[in-house]
Amino acid sequence: MKTTLTGVLRAGLRGLIIGLLTLAFLAPFYLMLRNALMDSRGLTSPEWTWWPTQMHWENFTALFGDPSLHMGQALGNSLLIAGITAPASTLLASAAGYAFARIPVPGRGAMMALVVATLMIPGSVTFVPTFVVVGSMGGVNTLWGLIVPGLFNPFAVLLFRNFYLQFPAEIEEAGRLDGLGWFGLYRRIALPSSGAMLASLGALAFIDSWNAFLWPLVIGQDPSSWTAQIALSTFLTSQTINLPGLFAGAVVTIAPLVAMFLIAQRYIVEGIATSGLKG
Amino acid sequence: MTALFPSTPRAERDGSPAARPRGGPAPRRRRADWRAWAAFALLAGPMLIGLGVFKYVAIGWSFLLSFCNAHGTIALGHWVGLDNYQQLLADETFRGSIGQILLFTAFIVPVTFAVSLGLALLVHRVRRGRAVLRTAFLIPTAVSYVAASLVWKMCLFNGLPAGIANMMRGWFGMDAVPWIQTTDPPLYWIVLITLRLWLQVGFYMVLFLAGLQAIPRDVYEAAALDGATGWRKLRRITLPMLRNTSVAVLMLQFIAAFQAFDEFYNLFSSGLSGTGTAPVQTPLVHLYNTAMGAQNYGLGSAGAFVLTALIVAVTLIQGRITGFGKGEE
Repeated sequence: MKTTLTGVLRAGLRGLIIGLLTLAFLAPFYLMLRNALMDSRGLTSPEWTWWPTQMHWENFTALFGDPSLHMGQALGNSLLIAGITAPASTLLASAAGYAFARIPVPGRGAMMALVVATLMIPGSVTFVPTFVVVGSMGGVNTLWGLIVPGLFNPFAVLLFRNFYLQFPAEIEEAGRLDGLGWFGLYRRIALPSSGAMLASLGALAFIDSWNAFLWPLVIGQDPSSWTAQIALSTFLTSQTINLPGLFAGAVVTIAPLVAMFLIAQRYIVEGIATSGLKG
Repeated sequence: MTALFPSTPRAERDGSPAARPRGGPAPRRRRADWRAWAAFALLAGPMLIGLGVFKYVAIGWSFLLSFCNAHGTIALGHWVGLDNYQQLLADETFRGSIGQILLFTAFIVPVTFAVSLGLALLVHRVRRGRAVLRTAFLIPTAVSYVAASLVWKMCLFNGLPAGIANMMRGWFGMDAVPWIQTTDPPLYWIVLITLRLWLQVGFYMVLFLAGLQAIPRDVYEAAALDGATGWRKLRRITLPMLRNTSVAVLMLQFIAAFQAFDEFYNLFSSGLSGTGTAPVQTPLVHLYNTAMGAQNYGLGSAGAFVLTALIVAVTLIQGRITGFGKGEE
């Protein structure tokens, strides 16, 4: 590397650009938190303050105290839905991926083609057909109606199939000698060896499920089956002018995901890299 | 070594049930036995049934429904032929929404592509603290469109007497403008595009970073020996080597743009500083209003098929042009 004057200048310029961009990307988080902790008067005053002189934590308690917002129940619903969807959909995809990769049954290729074909139809365009089916089975305003249609992810099946195709056969050999059948091989050997893959796709599934909007809007029409996103959206599009409360609501709905991001970061990055490239 | 110590254990050469060449594929029996079928049904069955019910049955039923006058009902009743399709294509708002989404896609895809690639190139060259930077750009991915719409609508571009954008205009002596409501010039586009960039750029940046890491170093070293400099290296080496990633990113961005719903719904719906009538509607918003608002499931189904056909067609054309799916993997 040359250490000429222009080189130093260019590095400095690059650092400056990156620094400014980083600030711009983090600014909305700061604004959200600041606004959530201000009071209505301070927030709507033309005078700019960087940080509230007095922390109004009661904005958060008021959020859960207001029965018309249904925030507490909505957060509970979201946790339940994402908490079930993420592990269940990942496990289902892993099992199917293993079967398609390893178990030689006739017609396997045709069945895989049927799975892959569903990838062609974008998820959110199918909300009318899916509503027709789930609605006819009585799934409107129910937890199962919110959860079950999201459990079947053909893209994850494809990723797991590719993963198990590359999985070295030697490892399964020992198990086979011990008399394990196909299910045993998956359950005892293949599944425990795919921890990183399960974690990364599971983390992505959790994010998708937590942030889902259109389907919960369609199926969760009653406040008792709102998710956190629907509760926040209803608050945002209603006529109330409780701005600090609104921002407190936003903080509460994104906090669990931000926390998960910081903890499971490695798996999320891995998941994005795999799901983007091998598709 | 291998000649002296045969790698195949005796048991395998003897043709016992476990016999097969080392490292070879799993044993392939001539005919699948019932054990294989049972395991296959157990492992792949739930997925096949689920996709069958929630994709195939759903789409089949909806297809039939699209030829019916299904108002407030999802039963297949009054057969009306192509009426729904005719009504849909004659509808100004639906045709307008298709035009809007095409325009939106034409804007957002190249902009997101360029910004995420640029960010990846910047972050990739940083030697220390790369992980911290990656986190900073990736963390908005955790935010929902609803929460982001709130910040954009009530804090950055409108609301809160002025909003940050109008405060900045004030520094330059410009008057405040209602960003979301202004359609001429279409200032609401700035709101839409910056919001989507903030939410999505980190995701695609990670894809590009993974692609950049896969480029072997010696390619650049060889190019440096030939006297190639920054810009030429980017054009001649980096971009061609990122081809697969680029095609995947374009495809993902295209589909994501075409399915835009959340921010349009949350930014433009009435309440607080939203507008009474939205300046733009995407086809999905139109479909939502038709199916869920007016409860016209026949017309809604027809809309779903028109939109699906459009997306499939463009995806196929794009795949044809870029050769996606014919890569090495």
